[in-house]
Amino acid sequence: MKKSEGNFVDVSPVAHPIECEAPNDQVARETLITSNIKYLITGIVFGIVFVKAEIISWYRIQEMFRLHSFHMYGVIGTAVIVGMISVWAIKRFNIKTAQGEKVIFHNKQFSWGNIIGGFIFGLGWAITGACPGPLFAQIGSGFLVVSVTLLSAVAGTWVYGLFQEKLPH
Amino acid sequence: MFEIIRQPWPWYVAGAVIGLTVPALLLLGNKHLGISSSLRHLCAACLPANITFFKYDWKKEIWNLFFVAGVLLGGLVATQFLTNPEGIIISEKTITDLQALNITVDNELMPASIFTFENLFTLRGLMFFVVGGFLVGFGTRYAGGCTSGHTIMGLSNLQWPSLVATCCFMAGGFVMVHFIFPWLMSL
Repeated sequence: MKKSEGNFVDVSPVAHPIECEAPNDQVARETLITSNIKYLITGIVFGIVFVKAEIISWYRIQEMFRLHSFHMYGVIGTAVIVGMISVWAIKRFNIKTAQGEKVIFHNKQFSWGNIIGGFIFGLGWAITGACPGPLFAQIGSGFLVVSVTLLSAVAGTWVYGLFQEKLPH
Repeated sequence: MFEIIRQPWPWYVAGAVIGLTVPALLLLGNKHLGISSSLRHLCAACLPANITFFKYDWKKEIWNLFFVAGVLLGGLVATQFLTNPEGIIISEKTITDLQALNITVDNELMPASIFTFENLFTLRGLMFFVVGGFLVGFGTRYAGGCTSGHTIMGLSNLQWPSLVATCCFMAGGFVMVHFIFPWLMSL
């Protein structure tokens, strides 16, 4: 039997140097509000889980890096396993999107940025107690000072963009 | 039922819902989970400054900004209507460690002694908010993604660069908590 991977378009990041890393691959046209409201709702569910499982807690991140609690490892581990099974099922059964389009997967190209940038992000993650998702949920939870952290993260992204071509990749 | 929802959710429930976000976004419209990209879209939309990295059609990716707006609203909804009346329960060992660093441990999600506007213009505030945030924004984009784009989406799709990135996220966190953080708190 033929392997199912052959059915999928492999879009290499090299072909699109400025391509987004979390891209929108829908071909069908989208309207600003009616098409995007479903992502707002998905985001709301995501945000509620973040708060209810205390993932946005600075203390939980401290616990994780001190190896004092299994909680965060359990959350991330379960999420990865459920995600893997889902992606496998989409590929195996060729499940189409709601618009009837083929789901497109992208291969991530290794770069030294994965290591250097990853380490830099890890430093920031431990001190702020948040990766980018929880930053938004923390602000929503009423920790308004985190909006300074978020603005600073936007500034960090901007500075990366400025020096991108000079940094080792 | 409502009482159960108000309790802290166990890791397997939270993990399953977060994992299901991957197929949900893919099947709703061929969208790939990734949150740090929203920071790039904000740069591209507000201050592209003729930088090549920000010259792309961010409007095509606007779904991502709707998604993060939803995450913020979700935080608001959960805190306003679904709060756990008991407060957070942290491991005893972590409490001991944090107290040794002179951090007041409360039962909020974030230590109120640190995450307030009064601390913004102190050395501590500078480290926690300004420097910390900068490292998150710079590091995630340099790494090509964050915990959602690499650890959840990337690993779900069996991408080994995402595994490398995830290990480095963890390494950075361990180094911060065990080596740099004690020094920072002694300043």
